[in-house]
Formats: sequence, structure tokens, C-alpha cells
Amino acid sequence: MNGLLIAPIALPLGAAVVSVTVRRHLIVQRVLSFLAVAAGVLVPGLVLLVRGLHGEITVVHLGGWSAPLGIVLVADALSSAMVVITGLIGLASIVYSYSGVDGRRLGLFHPLVTLLLAGVSGAFLTGDLFNLYVWFEVILIASFGLIVLGGSALELGAAVKYAALNIVPTTFLLIAVALVYGMTGTLNMADVARALPGLEDRTAPRVVFLLLLVAFGSKAAIFPLFFWLPASYPTPSVPVSALFAGLLTKVGVYSMYRVFLIVLPQELAELRWVVGSVAAATMVVGVLGALAQDEIRRILSFHIISQIGYMVMGIALLTAAGALGGIFYVLHHIIVKTNLFLIGGIAGRVSGSTELDKMGGLLRSHPGLAALFVIPAASLAGVPPLSGFWAKLLLVKSGLDIEAYVLVALALVVGLLTLLSMSKIWQKAFWSAPRKQRPEPRSNWVLYLPVTALSGLTVAIGLYAEVLGRIAERAAVQLFDPASYIDAVLGTTLAIGDGGTP
Amino acid sequence: MNTLYACMAGVLIGGAAYLLLARDLIRLLLGLMLLVTGANVAVFVAGRVRHAVSPIIPEGLEAAPDLTASNPLPQAFVLTAIVIGFGTFAFLLALLSAMNGKLQRLDADQLPDADSDGQLPAKRTKESG
Repeated sequence: MNGLLIAPIALPLGAAVVSVTVRRHLIVQRVLSFLAVAAGVLVPGLVLLVRGLHGEITVVHLGGWSAPLGIVLVADALSSAMVVITGLIGLASIVYSYSGVDGRRLGLFHPLVTLLLAGVSGAFLTGDLFNLYVWFEVILIASFGLIVLGGSALELGAAVKYAALNIVPTTFLLIAVALVYGMTGTLNMADVARALPGLEDRTAPRVVFLLLLVAFGSKAAIFPLFFWLPASYPTPSVPVSALFAGLLTKVGVYSMYRVFLIVLPQELAELRWVVGSVAAATMVVGVLGALAQDEIRRILSFHIISQIGYMVMGIALLTAAGALGGIFYVLHHIIVKTNLFLIGGIAGRVSGSTELDKMGGLLRSHPGLAALFVIPAASLAGVPPLSGFWAKLLLVKSGLDIEAYVLVALALVVGLLTLLSMSKIWQKAFWSAPRKQRPEPRSNWVLYLPVTALSGLTVAIGLYAEVLGRIAERAAVQLFDPASYIDAVLGTTLAIGDGGTP
Repeated sequence: MNTLYACMAGVLIGGAAYLLLARDLIRLLLGLMLLVTGANVAVFVAGRVRHAVSPIIPEGLEAAPDLTASNPLPQAFVLTAIVIGFGTFAFLLALLSAMNGKLQRLDADQLPDADSDGQLPAKRTKESG
């Protein structure tokens, strides 16, 4: 039972270590990372998710140290769902990379990807604030390596911007952790959540909230902290940027849901207008930025920002229904966005460029690819009956319930603009006449495996929205019931301390 | 003493803010490191610094003999953060060194940009800089 929570971190981490030692044997690395992610992240995640759906919160006290003294790993419905999706996206990116990563230091791709996935799983599972900071750093260091993998001047430039604009917010997180420790003497999220309401001083928790908003917000790329994202995401090789696009910003969003709703609900209620305005600005600025771009991956990068606005809106509504919509949005968006980056990569491969002006005629030459593109693109814009429609519907409905008309109106307009910018890609890259003699298409069937699977998943979520809806509902209900989280982490201390007394 | 440490964290982070605004990437790097150091001091002072005995329980006892033992937890945090900071610093230094080798310049305004299609902006001359 402990293994279920430890495997998503330990197996990818172990695979990363072994992978480094077999740098010259690409086949071994490929099999190793596939197995580690499938068996270590996806399968345990699914088991945890099934248990989470029954309302169970699985807690592991590392090293046998009872909470709140030791570090705990906690898997409720939200964490397990995020771990499952981490496994899916990791596998998609790894399988796509089988056709080759366009970088010189190929041997380091697999170790860094598995390290990244270990960090992401760790961030989703931890129940300790300082531990969360450590996982953020693990993710950061792995992503540094992945960005500079190709070693071109462009990638180095992107890495400098990415590094500078990500180290600062991570340090903000550390400062917030220090303040929390200074106030409460504990860093276990459940213990902090229990101790904070009793404090007389309400200023310091608010400062912590704002520091965390900047820290998680920069990771999630909210307005006005998103500038690193379009500067760095379009440059690395396709499987890397697809992985980043799907998972990394969502670690920030997840942390907001987890920490704001469980640990700082009072501060969130007080400063809700800040979160709400930020969400609105993020939606609008992101989509406007996307409309101004002419390169597929840059367009998609700006769309990430815009979509993050919707997810943050889910928190700002401050109702369980809003959180339900937001969590549904996160889960659907990760699949769609990774898929779009991968499809953009294939389209770039067969056209020899990802500049829209240099592309064209893909509908005639690659009808299958065009069909696969339409699914996630329409889903992103919210066309029924695809997954994005349900995500937007849930958010809009919960927004109307509490009469947040401005946010709802913006969400709908932004959805329309998203469709406009997706149709720009469609028209220029797929619909239009071929521009000129293309280089021999170098696509192969391995590339289509993950793309087809993810598109199928998007359709399935659309048709059976109830299933994902139930997961999101359970997650939202748990987030709005911090007492049961606190009980699960701190209450069962004696029952679970089976690792022996330290 | 705690006030002094708190002020020190403030001064370090203030200095970091100044350096982070510089165009020169080496200054940026130093700014980042000052910021991390400032945060480390903040973590340290969060555990309340005081003159106390080290938190080691003598053999044969179940707990520390009196309550004057210092708090070991923030020190463990800071150690972790220092190690992470050091690793990041080493990576950034290598990154800047690679960049200097490739581009012969370390200027935040002249980074290669995906916007410009990988083209480098013209090297800034003394006068316009």
C-alpha cells in the first residue's frame, strides 16, 4: 500500500539514474523509461484514483516518522488524477521521442524526462510545503537540462529567460515557506491548515498568500507573470515542449488548488478579487497574444496562458462547482495541449517548417493528420461534444450560479477567439494550397501512436464526460472539506505508523 | 538578534532586486544568488536564532535534558536549499559560459529570440549602449 504512493516518484527517479549509465544504449533507455512511467506512474495512479473515487485519502508517512514530524505523501482524488495524467502524458512524449529527438545529446533525453516526471509526481503527491519546494526545484533542474538539450544559440537564449524567470518565483515559494514555519512551527499542509485559523495576526497569512500567488502563478504563467513561457516553450524539441506544455504550468495550477483551498481558504476568500481579476486578464491577454502569432508552437504557447485563466477562474469562483469545472478543465487541457504540440511537431516535420506562412496543403497530403488536428483544436475552443465543451460548460454554469457575469462573459468571448486562432492554423497549414516543393516527408507511424491515442481520449472524454466529471467532483468536494484532509493526514498517525518507531 | 537577521535578509533581497534589473547577465546571475541567499537567511531566522546548545540528545536519555536546545529543522531546510542553490548556480554559470562561447556577448537585451527566427540582433556598439 505504501508502494502505491512511493512508486510514482521512486521508479522514474530510479530509471533516470540507471538511464544515465546506459547513455550509449538508446534501446535500453527507451524501454526503461517506458516501463518506469507505465508501471511506476500510470498504474499506481489508476489504483489510487479508484480508491480516491470512493472518498479514500491514502497517506504514507515516509521513514515511519509520524505526521506532522515527518514528510507525508497524500493521495486524494485530485492528486491521483494528476498522477494518472502525468503517466499518460509522459508515455505520449516518450513514445513520440522514439522517432528521434532533434538534439545532439540524445543520451540525456530519457534520464531528464524521467527525472522531470518524478518531480511532477512528487509535487502532486506531497503533503508538505518544504517538500513541495524541493519538487519544484527538481522539476526546474530537469527542465533546464531539457531546454538546452539541443545546444543551439536559440535554446541557450530560451534557457536563460526560463531560468531567470523561474528561479525568482521558486525563491518566493521558499520565502513563503519560511514565513509559514515562523508563524506555525510546522510545514505539514494539514497541520498548517489546522494551526493557521487560530492565529491572531491576519497580516502574515495574507502576505504568505500573495507570495504563493506570485510563486505558483509564475509557474502557471498567469498575467502578468507569463513572459517566460512563449519565450522558452517553442524552442526545445517537440516531445520536450509537448511535455512542458501539458504538465509544467499545471503543477502551478494544482499547487494553487491544493494550498489555497486546503491551507489558506480564509485568505483566498479575502483576496478573491485579486485571483479573479488575474484570471480574467490571463484569459484575455493570452488569447490576444495567440492571435498575433504566426508560428504554430508560439500560437499554442499563448493558448496555454489563455487556458490557465480558465483554470484559475475555477478557484476564484470559490464554490465546489467552480473547482469542479476548474479541475475538469485542467485534466482535459493537459491531454489536448500536449496533443496539439505533438501534432504541430508532425506538421512541422512534414512541411519542413512550423511557420504558418511556409506551410500549406496538409489536408490534401496528410488527411489523417488533419483529422487528428481538428479534434484537439476544436476541443480547445470548446466545440461540443468534445472535452473542452464540457469543461467550459461546467465553469460557465458555476459562474452563472454565483452571478459572476463579467468572468463568464469574458470566458465565452475568449472561447470564440480561441476558435478564431485555431481556424487560422487550420486555414494556413491544412486548408490552403501547397506553398512550394516540400522536402520529402519524414513522418512515420510511431509519431501517430501517441497523437491518435490522445485524440481518442479527447473524444472519449467528450462522449463520456460523466466519468471525468465524477473524478473532478470528488476532487472538488475533498478540496472544500479540509477537515477530512486534516483528519486523514494527522488523525490516523498511530494506525499507519507501521514503518516502526524511528 | 532575530531582528538583525531579518534585516539582513531584507538587505540581501533588496540588493538582489537591484542586480536582477541589470542587463548584464553576470549581474543577473549574482542577483539570483543573492536572492536565494536572502531566502535562506529568512528560513533560518524563521526558526528563531538564539544562543542555545546543539540539539543532540545525550546517550541514555529519551529527550533533550532542557528546553534550551536550538531548533534543528530550519537548519536542515537551509542546508537543502543551499545545495539546490549551489547546483542551480553551477548550471547557470555553465549556461552563460556556453553562451559567451557561442555568441561572444552576455547581454539580456541581445538574447537570440524565437521572435526573430533565430536571427541575432545586431551587436550593440559602445555609443548606443
